[in-house]
Amino acid sequence: MSIFVDDDTRVVVQGITGGEGKFHTQQMLDYGTNVVAGAVPGKGGQEVEGVPVYDTVDQAVEAEDANASVVFVPPAFAGDAIFEALDTDLDLVVAITEGVPTQDMAKVNKRLREVDTNLIGPNCPGIITPGEAKLGILPGNIFESGNVGLVSRSGTLTYQVVSNLTDRGIGQTTAIGIGGDPIIGTSFVDALEAFEADTDTDAVVMCGEIGGEDEEQAAKYIAENMDTPVAGFIAGRTAPPGKRMGHAGAIVSGSGTGTAESKIDALNNAGVPVGDTPEEVADAIEDFL
Amino acid sequence: MRLHEYQAKEIFADAGIPVPESQLADSVEGVLDAVAEIGYPAAIKAQVHVGGRGKAGGIEIATSEDEAREAAESILGMDLKGYTVDKVLVEQGVDFVDEYYVGVTMDRGAGKPVAMVSTKGGVDIEQVAEDDPEAIAQEHIDPAFGLHPYQARKVVYDAGVPAEYARDVSSILSTLYDLYESNDASDIEINPVMITSDDDVIAADAVMNIDEDALFRHPDLAEMEEDSYQNDLERKAGEYGFDYVRLSGNTGIIGNGAGLVMTTLDLVDYYGGTPANFLDIGGGAKAERVANALDMVFSDENVDSVVFNIFGGITRGDEVAKGINEALEQFDEIPKPVVVRLAGTNAEEGMEILNTDLVQVEATLADAVQRAVENASEVAQ
Repeated sequence: MSIFVDDDTRVVVQGITGGEGKFHTQQMLDYGTNVVAGAVPGKGGQEVEGVPVYDTVDQAVEAEDANASVVFVPPAFAGDAIFEALDTDLDLVVAITEGVPTQDMAKVNKRLREVDTNLIGPNCPGIITPGEAKLGILPGNIFESGNVGLVSRSGTLTYQVVSNLTDRGIGQTTAIGIGGDPIIGTSFVDALEAFEADTDTDAVVMCGEIGGEDEEQAAKYIAENMDTPVAGFIAGRTAPPGKRMGHAGAIVSGSGTGTAESKIDALNNAGVPVGDTPEEVADAIEDFL
Repeated sequence: MRLHEYQAKEIFADAGIPVPESQLADSVEGVLDAVAEIGYPAAIKAQVHVGGRGKAGGIEIATSEDEAREAAESILGMDLKGYTVDKVLVEQGVDFVDEYYVGVTMDRGAGKPVAMVSTKGGVDIEQVAEDDPEAIAQEHIDPAFGLHPYQARKVVYDAGVPAEYARDVSSILSTLYDLYESNDASDIEINPVMITSDDDVIAADAVMNIDEDALFRHPDLAEMEEDSYQNDLERKAGEYGFDYVRLSGNTGIIGNGAGLVMTTLDLVDYYGGTPANFLDIGGGAKAERVANALDMVFSDENVDSVVFNIFGGITRGDEVAKGINEALEQFDEIPKPVVVRLAGTNAEEGMEILNTDLVQVEATLADAVQRAVENASEVAQ
């Protein structure tokens, strides 16, 4: 089993005719993902990598029975594209786009609470269930099918930790990059909840970073609700206050909230071992299994 | 992107928020001309992007021409927390009886904006939030509807603003929210809103930061952006388009992806070194960008050694290797030892291309960081 995506996921790519959209559609198809349609206003009737393009998400869903979308639309139009996907009643929307205005995401966030759709991202690498489907830009070859779930705020850090696991022969049920923005759809808690419910996931890796309080909330959730063991990693121990470390959301505030220390303490108090290095996270997972 | 006080005040004034009469000046003569028109007392305020200007000596009150000259001479050109002051706002002094705080920001946990009002204005509001959180009244705003008038009144009453000023303060708050929304601000605040001895309500300071991701739809605001870099290296990073933060250590760090670069910094620290910088070349970087990154780190005099850590997803190892070769081949002697670790997409191709006469190669993140830390301590000796 897995969470959110599998063999049955039927994907519409929003922004399929753009450079990124086209390239990653090919990569997703190569991986075996069912990319069944593209949606780009004004490009209906075209084909990209053999995939039919429609003018609207609604038409794509109607014609190809899609149940998920991946958004490769430029930031200025990404908020609108996510709204379109949410209003089409898909099961899952994965927004890859980096740089979506925060106030657009506040509006999306409100709508998200009124629909049954899960949103992953924005500003994220996507989601992969190894051997079944990948929605996004993750390099498929580093993943192996297995019994460890992984949720992370960062793309390349995910790859690092996954390679530490895969090198030891530890595979993954599903890996999710939830994104580095201040306002995102799926949170750590949402992903942990899904992993807890997944009978094939025997342990979970959670990679957080400085900024906000999502990791603290996740720690609380783990302590109160999870039987599946979790190992953690927190990036940004050496980050100075008040400086944005690459991700829009990765900032320790001037008053000292959002620090790595606070997150590590919260996780440790919830019984979650936090590795000093990615290697130590893999050690902890190996101990669990 | 941060606006200066004088820029924010122009926007506030245009929207109908009362502000003191003021003029911008960039010379001592300019300050004296301005005070001659505005009269005494006058506040002379450094226009730089730092908080706590008053405490740091960036704000003076002048009651005479001599004092104005003295204040102008001391503030213009001064170094305020790393920024050089080249402009001051000369402003009519306000005789006030009370100071409030009014602001709107994004509550990232709640995923929606929040309006805040406090009668404890005129001091560091983050300190108030820590010491006496009850003193700040808050009201979350539904971004689809905006701030309802009743909410503006509610938060002002909740804060304990006296009835005779409540109407004016809630009107200022409503206008602030409109500005926040229409300009894609990330924060907007007035600290303090002053109650004058004549019972007027006036914005004595103005803070307005704009969401950089939304600047594409605000070309007018984008034009107002002024150089706000703390040093030449940050300026250079801005020109190259890198996410860069300078720290105080001697191991330079280049990588791709914010989380992995932060992790590399943390590992340098973990293995006993000191990180010199955060530099994220971003996703899909081509050779030229890689060379620019090396140029950045080499030009930091604190750097004694460099670690280049790439885990390719959309970034390709062969492109990175080409960039590293290009950057290093132009030197007769490599200025600082460079350790390279390539993994992920096209890493093997990259390793073949990489000129190993110029760099040291390590296969794992841990080994690469440890070697760079060793190099740094050797060079430093």
